[in-house]
Amino acid sequence: MSDTAKEPVLKAQHLSIVFGSLRAVDDFSLEIGESELVGLIGPNGAGKTTVFNMLTGVYQPTEGAYFLCGKKMNGKKAHQVVAAGVARTFQNIRLFKKMTVIENVKVAMNMHMSYSILASIFRTPKYWKEEAEMDAKAMELLKIVHLADKADYVAENLPYGQQRRLEIARALATGMKVLLLDEPAAGMNPTETAELLDIINVIREKFKISVLLIEHDMSLVMKICERIQVIDYGITIACGTPEEIANNPRVIEAYLGKDEEEVLC
Amino acid sequence: MKMPKEKLISYLINLVGIVVLFLLFVALFQSGVLGSRTNYVKGIFTTACYTIVLVASLNLLVGILGEFSLGHAGFMSVGAYASAIFTNALAGKGLSDLALFVLALIIGGVAAGIAGLLVGIPALRLRGDYLAIVTVAFAEIIRVAFCNFAITGGGRTISGITKLSNFYWCFWVMVICVTIMYMFVRSRFGRTVKAIREDYIAAAASGINVTFYKVLTFTISAFFAGIGGAMYAHYMTAMIPTNFNFNYSAELLTEVIIGGTGSFTGSIIGAAFLSSLPELMRQFSNYRMLAYSIVLVIVMIFRPGGIFGSWEFSLVRVLKKAKNGELFAKKNKGGAENE
Amino acid sequence: MAFSLFIQSLINGLNQGAIYALIALGYTMVYGIIRMINFAHGDFIMVGAYTLFYTVPLMINHGMPAWLAVIFAIIVCVVVGVAVEVIAYRPVRGAGSLSALITALAMSLFLENSAMVLFGPNPKSVTKIFDLGSVEFLGAKLQVKYLLTIGIGLLMMVALTLFVKKTKLGKAMRAVPQDKQAATLMGINVNKIITITFAIGSGLAAVAALMYCSTYPRCTIDMGSMMGIKAFIAAVLGGIGIIPGAMLGGIIVGLVEIFVKVYVSASWYEAITYSLLIIVLLVKPSGILGKNVGEKV
Repeated sequence: MSDTAKEPVLKAQHLSIVFGSLRAVDDFSLEIGESELVGLIGPNGAGKTTVFNMLTGVYQPTEGAYFLCGKKMNGKKAHQVVAAGVARTFQNIRLFKKMTVIENVKVAMNMHMSYSILASIFRTPKYWKEEAEMDAKAMELLKIVHLADKADYVAENLPYGQQRRLEIARALATGMKVLLLDEPAAGMNPTETAELLDIINVIREKFKISVLLIEHDMSLVMKICERIQVIDYGITIACGTPEEIANNPRVIEAYLGKDEEEVLC
Repeated sequence: MKMPKEKLISYLINLVGIVVLFLLFVALFQSGVLGSRTNYVKGIFTTACYTIVLVASLNLLVGILGEFSLGHAGFMSVGAYASAIFTNALAGKGLSDLALFVLALIIGGVAAGIAGLLVGIPALRLRGDYLAIVTVAFAEIIRVAFCNFAITGGGRTISGITKLSNFYWCFWVMVICVTIMYMFVRSRFGRTVKAIREDYIAAAASGINVTFYKVLTFTISAFFAGIGGAMYAHYMTAMIPTNFNFNYSAELLTEVIIGGTGSFTGSIIGAAFLSSLPELMRQFSNYRMLAYSIVLVIVMIFRPGGIFGSWEFSLVRVLKKAKNGELFAKKNKGGAENE
Repeated sequence: MAFSLFIQSLINGLNQGAIYALIALGYTMVYGIIRMINFAHGDFIMVGAYTLFYTVPLMINHGMPAWLAVIFAIIVCVVVGVAVEVIAYRPVRGAGSLSALITALAMSLFLENSAMVLFGPNPKSVTKIFDLGSVEFLGAKLQVKYLLTIGIGLLMMVALTLFVKKTKLGKAMRAVPQDKQAATLMGINVNKIITITFAIGSGLAAVAALMYCSTYPRCTIDMGSMMGIKAFIAAVLGGIGIIPGAMLGGIIVGLVEIFVKVYVSASWYEAITYSLLIIVLLVKPSGILGKNVGEKV
């Protein structure tokens, strides 16, 4: 990070959301600096994905505000949030299943394309130029996630791990500043997880982006996160470096329950 | 950047294919082999042309956007009435027939497009069956309105619309309309709309303004339905709002599905075949609709994606195969739908 | 006079609404279980009405009350409904909602054209079914059979609600749309439950046909299709899949139709009914009694 006190890339202040009588997330605050990788962990149903949904415009927070590079994002729709620079992947993979791998990536580039409907009908030089440029860019991204040779496959035919990587490529194609990864390693075997780890590192190096990561695979989280925030029942219970979190009694309690002996045996 | 050479050649091949097809039709009608039935057959083919435009435009909604409308005849009627009122006002004012026809088509398309925009903005907040039922409601409202306005005949037949649709013109209008829709689908716009069909939440998370693209597609679909309506009005020369009822909308939807959702080849063949089927079976008049419904159910049971699925015919592909000697008894259907 | 016209319209509207409600119940039951708009449902009414046309004189000739003919109508409708479900709908289940929709449209066409071949294109007059006379009520002439229609509608609604809530079969019916696989694992024969639902829906259509024919003693080939659309709209208006919603929606559509016809405009009443649906759906997409459920992200 730079030496001056720079504005964090993503800043959430006291976010809360209420569904009916349930306070799903309460007083959630977070700051992510440039090129920083922050982990968001917590037991199932703790409200992690809800945080993501608030940060990406899917849900509007009931209270609190969040900022991207100092700009207030409350009230913005999902696609506007993406245009501003926050992209995400989904816990339960959401690809455009019946479209090819490269098409999946190109869809996310749509907002960087500018040819008009008339240009598409008459197939003007601009159409060919933009399409060719985007093809090249998409292939580059697919190379990063090791899917270049699968460009013309139909997305739903890819194995699970590759689908997850395609989602990352699609998110990258939006050209965002902050990438939110929702359990990217879920359902992956150790080899695939290791590959994913490499990819995340390459991405951070190449694009200088910040990453917020939800993950259940603790070894992955401990390995790559610079800071970790833990929530339980929608409330932040701990914040700190991986070592601090690993030794925090409240975190252990949240994960394992109060009666340690009972759980451990 | 210029068009890749390969693409240019394939476009030219398709153009040649279409011209050859057109010349075949001209030869068929001019040679007189059909004798006294020439005009009757021409009529069936003209019907097929405007039906193709209507079905292809509905396929934009059903196949590409993945929403189904049961009120397409409503937009068609807006185009039909707007264009008929326009030509009645301008007939005999010195415009050539072709100029009048082209203007009528544009007026019909724009009027229906505006209707599509007005309906689409509120209605597209709904999806699936709810959207379908709302399109029925809008189409019925349009029908009731046309039954009550004096300018649209006040519920009675309006007749004496100038006959401008002939097969040759309609053929080219159909080719142009289908080509435009095809080009739209095979561009960033079509890609975006397909993404919305696949998963609208993921599409929004990829920076796509879902509402905008849905309304855009709905409007374009209505625009071409209006053109189809204008072709219809100037072929029939007389019409009544009940022509554009729920049953007609359902028939159009059926033709889309039977042909294959998302396939323009399917729309062309489905529309051409199903619109002429009742004519061909005229001697069994009582049983033809019965047979039609049974055929529908059988297709749905054995080919739920429609006869062509999302497959597109490609003249270039056929030629390539022919060159390599791989062509086994594959019939050349010709058409505007290939890239 | 003005007041008696109001009462008269109210009764007429409720009568009309009760008929829509009976049809809407059939739509809602089927939609609630397999998420499919059964476009052929309206045509079941037509089947019921033609059955009545042939069986009512038969009953009268044998000295029995005319309305007992409804038993035949119910039997015929149930047979037709179950046959449609098993032969046409079951094979396309799982092929997507569009295929189901087209199949339903095709069955609607099939039933109408079969009727055309069997009964010819001319309308038929059904013999008078109820001879109950009328009573004077607040200055309006009130037909007793109208009260009967409204009463039967309410009775059916209550009976169905209790059936679905309390009986084992009803519980199975509610379980199937939640999760077909889980229902199968719990030992529920999904196909059987769906068939039973169709049987009940078709039976209701026969009762609706009886009430319709007692008000408008005419049957035509296409009587079912438009009435079906309106009844479906009623079901959507009230909240599709919800039994009291169908009743509420039916009554609203009936009342609006009659009141608009009488007080506003006889030629615009349909447009106003449809506008009402659009407004309700835009404000509350799941209908008046429906629950809003967003998609989980």
